[in-house]
Order: sequence, then C-alpha cells, then structure tokens
Amino acid sequence: MSALELARRIKAKEVSVAEAAQAVLERIEEKEELYHCYITVEPEAVRRQAKELQKRIDNGEFTGPLAGVPLAVKDNLCTKGMRTTCASGMLGNFVPFYSAEAVRNVEKAGMLLVGKTNMDEFAMGSTTETSAYGVTRNPWNPERVPGGSSGGSAAAVAAGECFAALGSDTGGSIRQPAAYCGVVGMKPTYGTVSRYGLVAYGSSLDQVGPICKDVADCAALLEAIASYDEKDSTSLRRENTDFASALKEDVQGLRIGVPRDYFGAWLDGEVKTAVRKAAETLQEKGALVEEFDLGLAEYGVAAYYTIAAAEASSNLERFDGIKYGFRAEGYEGLHDMYKKSRSEGFGAEVKRRIMLGTFVLSSGYYDAYYLKALKVKALMKKAFEKAFARYEVILGPVAPATAPKFGESLADPLQMYLSDIYTISVNLAGLPAISLPCGKDSKGLPVGLQLIGDCFQEKTLLRAAYTYEKARGDFGLPKEAAEREGGSHGETI
Amino acid sequence: MAHEISDETIEKIGILAKLELSEEEKETAKADMRRMLDYIDKLGELDTDGVEPMSHIFPLQNVFREDVVTNGDIREDILKNAPSQKGGMFAVPRTFE
Repeated sequence: MSALELARRIKAKEVSVAEAAQAVLERIEEKEELYHCYITVEPEAVRRQAKELQKRIDNGEFTGPLAGVPLAVKDNLCTKGMRTTCASGMLGNFVPFYSAEAVRNVEKAGMLLVGKTNMDEFAMGSTTETSAYGVTRNPWNPERVPGGSSGGSAAAVAAGECFAALGSDTGGSIRQPAAYCGVVGMKPTYGTVSRYGLVAYGSSLDQVGPICKDVADCAALLEAIASYDEKDSTSLRRENTDFASALKEDVQGLRIGVPRDYFGAWLDGEVKTAVRKAAETLQEKGALVEEFDLGLAEYGVAAYYTIAAAEASSNLERFDGIKYGFRAEGYEGLHDMYKKSRSEGFGAEVKRRIMLGTFVLSSGYYDAYYLKALKVKALMKKAFEKAFARYEVILGPVAPATAPKFGESLADPLQMYLSDIYTISVNLAGLPAISLPCGKDSKGLPVGLQLIGDCFQEKTLLRAAYTYEKARGDFGLPKEAAEREGGSHGETI
Repeated sequence: MAHEISDETIEKIGILAKLELSEEEKETAKADMRRMLDYIDKLGELDTDGVEPMSHIFPLQNVFREDVVTNGDIREDILKNAPSQKGGMFAVPRTFE
C-alpha cells in the first residue's frame, strides 16, 4: 500500500493512525534483526504520537494527503528530543533541542515519525557500511548492501518498515540506494528544501529529498518538505512547488536526451539493457528520444571528491569535543583534547575525507586542486546548460551496476567513488533528478533509471517518471515484504 | 604525475585537520591520498584557462536580517549536550598555566 493510499484510508476512517503505526512497529520488530534499517526507534513514543495525531486529524487540523503516514528520517536530520547520531560515534549521545526544517515540515503535514535510519557515517560512503552502528542489509538480498549513504531509509521503505522516508543527497545518496532497493528517490533542485538542521557534509551539494514506494508518493512528500527558509541562506523562494499536480501520463513530444558517454565500458551489460528498454518505453509513449554527447562525465568524480572533501574538512571542524558530541579521556591540554576526541570519535572513511579535504585546501595545493575542481564544475554546469537547451530530460542509469556484496566496495575507496559517476555531476550542477526502478538483473536485483532535469523542472521529471511507471507496471516488493502484503506481488520476484 | 606523499606532509595535514593518526593509519592515509591525487590529476587534462571558478550554482548574495534575538534563552538546552559544563558555561581543559 502506498503512503497516499494509506492516508486516504485513514481519512476515510478505514484505518486508524494507531493501526498503521502498530503494523509498522510489528514489521520492525520482525525484521530489524536482519535488515537493521534503523539506528533509533522509540515504539512507545510512536504509539503515543499516533494517538495524538489521530485526534488532530479527527478535529480537522491535519487534512493533507500524507496525514497519519508513518515516516522514517535519515539520522543526519535533527529531531527535537530524539537522538541524532549521523551514524557516528562522535554523536552517539547527541539529542538535538530543535528539529530540522524538513522534519518540521513533515510534522506540519501530519506525518508520524517512526525513527531514525542508518546511513554511512556523516553521509560519507555509498553502501551504509561506514556506519558506526553496523550495516544495513538489502531487503532484496540480505547478502548485499542497500547502497548509501541513505541506505537505511531506502531499505526501510523496501522492507515495509515505514511508508516513506527522508534522505539526503550530496553525490547520489538518495538516488543510488533507491536504485539498489527498488524504490523511488528524488533529489530536488539545490535550495528547494531547507538544509537547516541537516548535519552538513558538503554544503554546496547537500539536499534533502524523499524516498518512497512510487512516484506519486515522492511528489507528495517533496511538496510537503519544500519551503523557503530564512534560516538557510541558500534556500530559494520558489513558486512552482505543487509537485503533485505534475502527475500526468503524458510524454507526447517530450524531448529526452540519452548521453552516449553514460553507456561506456564501465556500465554493466544488464543495467545497460534495462535502461535502454526504459528509454524505448518512453519513446513508445510519444517522447522524442535521441542520443547525444554530454561530455565531461569522466571528470565528475575527480571534481566532486575534491570539492566534497574540502567542504567536509571545513564543516567537520565543529566537532571539537566541547559543545556537543564525544570527548576523549586522558588528554593533556586543549589541543590534545581536540585531536584525541576527533581521532577516536570519527571513523576511517570520515578521517580519510577530512585528510584529503584539508590537503586540497592547504596552501600550495589550493589552486592546483580546489580551484581547478571549481573551474571544472563550471565547465560541467555549462555542458548541462547546453544539453538542456535541446532536451527537457536527460535519461541514464543511476549506478554502473546493481547492489554489490558487503566488503566489495570498501576494499577499494577509489573504486567506490567511481561508482558514483552518474549521480555526482547532478549535485555539482545543482540539478533535480529522480531514480526509479526499471527492471531486475539475472540475480533478481533492482536496476535504477535516472531522469535528470534542468533547475526547477521537477514537474517535468515527475511527469516523465509517472508516465514511465504506469507503462512499466507494478514493480513489486522484495519477496518477504510481498508475502506480508498477501503475496499479491510474490510471483513478480 | 605520480604523487609521493611524505611523512612530513601527512604530519602537517594531521596538525591542520586536528587528527592524530597511528603509524598504521598514516601509512594508509599516504597510500589513499596518493591514489586519489593521481586520479584527481585527470582534471589537468581539461583546459580551464579563463574559466571562473564556480563555488555556487546560483548567484548568491549575503542574506541580511535585523540584529534581533528571536530564539529566547536556550542556554540550558544547549548545555545539555556539552561533554563538560561549569556555571552555565562550556568547560574546557586548562589552556594557560
């Protein structure tokens, strides 16, 4: 059942919020030991809030399309009174006294916060393996990673441990786990969702976005969280955020460009086939699909990791063992306390990126690395502008392959970074993009389709994604979750 | 260009980043950084002469507001997360003898 369908049933009094909450909590109880999607769930608080929400829905306070829906929130979004760890030992005991603006917005929409989902530590990683609180398993195959960094959010949606989730996307952290877990994830135009209360990683790249069961849920949740916020100085005043109005089956004459350079040797054959088939489907529906050369794709990874590491090294300076978070024991003086707290509090991948970022910003290297990367970013932005002069949507894969096994990516950091090749350029250019399932490989793992739009063109993306989704038909759920819903999708696995 | 990351460089970066790495971590950091920098050198293939560095995708202007307190007294709330506090303030190790 989709989030919108659940909310409709709650509105019609066919289901109570408490029943919806109970169903999700039972599912969590049953499956968390295996999947480990969450870092924090407080069942009693969830039940209490469910009752409270029911009252406020009954008295007409919450009338929106998602009122009463159980939602999971990535653990890098601050939640008032609820531990927010960023999957780091550094923030193991951090309880924010305010909520992120995106969280406040879902509360205003009458949604029920179920818990905080697992992720790569400080969102640095592509597999959710760098979490200090253990790995999350992919509900399609527990031997495989759910992707990352919003792996817990994507897995929770796929496993039925929530009806929708919030994630954050700095270089693909919503879209790639959504692809690996067979769900829909969207990164909006930079500035659409407030970053206030989102623990910063690469501030010029970070955006909050929805991870959902289908495109319609995704549009509704994005509409709920999009807002201008004076507390985020990069927040944009936008008019056209009535995203749900874009859900029409109509791609007649829609100009779609397929970058030839996205289909190079590094793309898995089965992923290639599934993505090409999706392009054909949209063509059959009336879209004008054409191949073109986007260019520069192969430089994105180098530019991205330079910029993201630089911003991370600066953003993470705040963790000093004084104001909040972890403080080491047995230090001698202030500087030793800083060093020991940071060295013991941060995990290996976070330290790796802080070191790289510090290096590229240090005198003597700043021009050669950091400034050079910013210039390449300008070139990439220009390449996208040129493409969007001809096409309304760019279509391609989300990731070069389907979900890898545990340990395969982390063994070689550079290889892991390279797997972000299709998603990171979107962040560098601040563009909106959506990831949705377009098939399965021979191992039964979901393949993701990525649609990229020009800035502020989320509605075009949603319309194309919605049309494709309808033409594709029901994608189904992982076997376990399908059985739970009465086996109706079981045979599609 | 193959990069050699010296012990001094790792030492210096560790000081700037306020990170204390074990000998083993230093060796790993050297190897990681060497590989990453070799890879990042790829950017050198692109001619960026005359290209303005783009730090932000939209033209941003500083956002000003009146200097008025809007959030009330939240000292107690803030201090709840402090590893150490004393007399309503953050407590830090002695910095002067």
